Amino acid sequence: MHDGVALGSLLLALLGGIMRVSTPFLFVSLGECITEISGRINLGLEGTLVFGAMSGYGVSWLTGSPWLGVLAAGVSGMLLGLIHGLLCSLPKVNDIAVGIAMMLFGTGISFFIGKPLIQPEAAMLPSWHLGSWSHDPQVRDALRVNALLPLGLGLAALLRLAFKRTRLGLVLRLVGDNAAAARALGYHVVRLRILATVAGGFLAGIGGAFLSLYYPGGWNEGLSSGQGLMAVALVIFARWDPVRCALAALLFGAAGALGPALQSQGLTQGYYLFNAAPYVLTLILMTLSWRPGQTLAGSPGELSLTNRS
Amino acid sequence: MNMYRQALDSLRPIVAAIVVTAGAFALFVAASGYPAVEALMLVGKGAFGSGFAWQNTLSRAAPIMFTALCVAVPARAGMVIIGGEGALALGGLAAAMVGVWWASRPVVMVLAGMALAAWVTGGLWIGISGWLRYRRGVNETISSLLLAYIGQAVFNFLVEGWLRDPASLNKPSTAPLDSRDMIGNIPGMEVHWGLAWGVLACLAAWWLLRHTVFGFAIDIVGGNPRAAKMTGLPVGRLMLAASVLGGGFAGLAGMFEVAAVQGCANADLMAGYGYQGILVSFAARHHPLGVIAGAILIGGLGASNSLLQRHLDLPDAAAQVLQGLLFVSLLAFETLNRRGGRHA
Amino acid sequence: MKEMKYSASRRNWLRMMAALGAGAVSQFIPDGVRQAMAASKLVVGAIYVGAKDDFGYNQSQAEAAAALRKLPGVRVVEEERVPETIAVQKTMEAMVNEDGAGMVFATSFGYFSPYVLKVAQEYPSVDFSHCGGLWKPGMPKNAGSFFGYIDECVYLNGMAAAYASKSKKLGFVAAKPIPQVLRNINAFLLGARSVNPACTVSVIFTGDWSLPVKEAEASNSLVDQGVDVLTCHVDSPKVVIETAERRGIYCCGYHVNQAVLAPKGYLTGAEWNWETPYTILVNNAMAGKPMINFLRGGLKEGFVRTSPFGPAVSAKAKQHSLAVKARMMAGDFVIFKGPLLDNSGKTVIPAGVVQAQRDEVLESMNYLVDGVIGHV
Repeated sequence: MHDGVALGSLLLALLGGIMRVSTPFLFVSLGECITEISGRINLGLEGTLVFGAMSGYGVSWLTGSPWLGVLAAGVSGMLLGLIHGLLCSLPKVNDIAVGIAMMLFGTGISFFIGKPLIQPEAAMLPSWHLGSWSHDPQVRDALRVNALLPLGLGLAALLRLAFKRTRLGLVLRLVGDNAAAARALGYHVVRLRILATVAGGFLAGIGGAFLSLYYPGGWNEGLSSGQGLMAVALVIFARWDPVRCALAALLFGAAGALGPALQSQGLTQGYYLFNAAPYVLTLILMTLSWRPGQTLAGSPGELSLTNRS
Repeated sequence: MNMYRQALDSLRPIVAAIVVTAGAFALFVAASGYPAVEALMLVGKGAFGSGFAWQNTLSRAAPIMFTALCVAVPARAGMVIIGGEGALALGGLAAAMVGVWWASRPVVMVLAGMALAAWVTGGLWIGISGWLRYRRGVNETISSLLLAYIGQAVFNFLVEGWLRDPASLNKPSTAPLDSRDMIGNIPGMEVHWGLAWGVLACLAAWWLLRHTVFGFAIDIVGGNPRAAKMTGLPVGRLMLAASVLGGGFAGLAGMFEVAAVQGCANADLMAGYGYQGILVSFAARHHPLGVIAGAILIGGLGASNSLLQRHLDLPDAAAQVLQGLLFVSLLAFETLNRRGGRHA
Repeated sequence: MKEMKYSASRRNWLRMMAALGAGAVSQFIPDGVRQAMAASKLVVGAIYVGAKDDFGYNQSQAEAAAALRKLPGVRVVEEERVPETIAVQKTMEAMVNEDGAGMVFATSFGYFSPYVLKVAQEYPSVDFSHCGGLWKPGMPKNAGSFFGYIDECVYLNGMAAAYASKSKKLGFVAAKPIPQVLRNINAFLLGARSVNPACTVSVIFTGDWSLPVKEAEASNSLVDQGVDVLTCHVDSPKVVIETAERRGIYCCGYHVNQAVLAPKGYLTGAEWNWETPYTILVNNAMAGKPMINFLRGGLKEGFVRTSPFGPAVSAKAKQHSLAVKARMMAGDFVIFKGPLLDNSGKTVIPAGVVQAQRDEVLESMNYLVDGVIGHV
């Protein structure tokens, strides 16, 4: 064993972390991005993530097809999104608070229904072995990719384009920025917001399926340790830009691998602090990049979380 | 007269929410093959059905009153703080350290020192979010969440490192408080004094927000920051003050967990009280007196969860479903509320 | 495990409708019947910190409680996911007050002080059995602690690992650096080194008992460093075992048998057999004898057991392992004896000193022995 930290090996570990850990962050934050662009916030996506993980695992177990599981996860995410969307459309109902309550409800119902799913083994999602050219097992493993990751990255680019170039994207942004104006132009604000929340739920559900059907794989009650909540926060950090959401998700994925990688190389003190590194980094980046007094660039004007100044 | 009507008006959505929750939970339980009516009976019985049940409920409610205030007070100034868990942990740690260092001083002084340390630490921690908000425009919801995670990491790092009592074998903890300095039970009850202090804190917060100039000014800042600025109010400083005050309450929750329950600081301080406080505060519309009721409700659900598991073999998750249903309904039925809730 | 009923069925609906029709009064009857039953039976409460079916520690406890249900004259009430806060104190009190429990099994280490000690004082006629704590004279007489010397099985795990490993690098994913965990890590290393002195054990602490993504990352980064046998001490070993199997390396189980999760790479495992102490304690209570305050046992006493060998274990490894196991069963095998250095070069057990299985010094272990790569 060497004393220093092997840089190459560390970078490989971070790359592996991106491939393995970032996908749930990616899907949840893209989903939340769509919802927030429309002027709603759904803090309950942690519950949606867990619910998707459970139902995806269950369906994969019942049908033997992990891709059907992914679909089921998305659909069950839509269901929770629909509930959230409908409730928040009632006058005087606070979307932040309903989100937190929905998080509790979503995780509770997943744990309850998921009891019989802890023991059985479901079919897992396959992976592409992009590193088969290498003889280094670490390279081979770091380059093992699941199709959902490139799919999510592509989706991020597509969404950015959609928000800028397509009619639906522009309408959605208008609805999120200025509901009165959208209404004056004849758009159905409430319906569009519900739609955006349902779409957000769909993506968050898929993020959950990645957890149970690929990495770490399996269903149990501790599967998500707050990734969903963090991903929601990342959207504000990324300032409602899908591509920046994707970058932030990749950053969190790499950071998730940092602590264990350093420990496995013998740097064994202060692992709690290493593990908290992504949070510190996010906070510092946020502090450096935001200016007082100025409205957040890209902030949807109707968003209850940021519309105060 | 008007007051009665107001009270009645604000009760209506709550009653509706409870009825809907009971119905939905019964359906859910029945669909899962458990006896629904008995389950509902047990929920009531476990939470409020006997003297023992009440004491069980109130014991669980005490810390949540404090953590809910950590949300409610900043919310009055227009900030959504969701990081009470971190402030609770660090406040509890500060209290535990003062309790150990001052062990030879008079009990009153030790406890006062612990409370002060917890208050200041929790206040400063949430104060960072308030400060970042008004100095740098950083969104306080996300910063407080990040700070909660960071605070817990710092807590674990210290408690399992420098501040660890070597005698705390399999449960890394700080050195224990002198048993003399522990806060006992309210006479005649199996509930510690933290409950009484929690109620007192809610009353104090209510008085502060309702009957002082400070409270009035904060309300204006929360209602319309632009107008507040135009009337010459120090908006930034008021927001900072509200966040420090709120964080102080979360710190106190940690102090009572240390001094009345654990006897030292360890990872068990982070039992989710901070997150439950968010729900309670929102369900109470950030009203400090509503917080008392909301905390008792959550405590009651915890107590009845225990009974449901033991008598019906319902898994723990069923209680979580019930809690989720109840709070979703409580928040959704806000829509029936005739008074225009400011934060609705 | 108990079969869960989770799908809606017409029968359940009918049952609910019948209950609704019969009115609220009848709802009290089942409770009354229960209490009448309780009068003639010993009610045993069991409290778990996690889910009952976690493929790990809590499942091992729940399986023992399920075995108690088969004893005549015993009724079991259970509660899962009880945090180590005022909640567990109230749960114990409720088991006594609301269920008439005569005996309570509190199965998480953090339940002991202050909660078990406090409640035992409040209810002197009820027996409180705690798993993992260190009962000392002066503590309430109706409280007690039981535990198993699982380091024996972990030592055997280490032997199997050393035989299977090619790189001689072994990996250990652990939650927190506490004595119970350190003792297992050290036993694993000592077992491996008894076979091949070149073996090392790399440790990663995840920081908490249940963090699946972090456990998976820890496992992967250990494999990346050339580790080819993994084991762990977290609440549920499922993720670590599955990751090892997916990466094509060997693994040793912990808490319960995880062979089904890794049919190729599972070598053997260290399992709890809590049924033994549970049964001893319950029979003792039913006989009306005073509480057994300090109950410990290893392989010999049947408190722990090893998983059957997996297909990758060589005949030589089996033979060697069984020989050592036989000595453990006979009670003349010592794992921790001097001279023993920790991994900073300090002597932790001087030459000539023997710390046998029951030596309480071992229950406050605070070092990693030479050959373990990691830091307490």
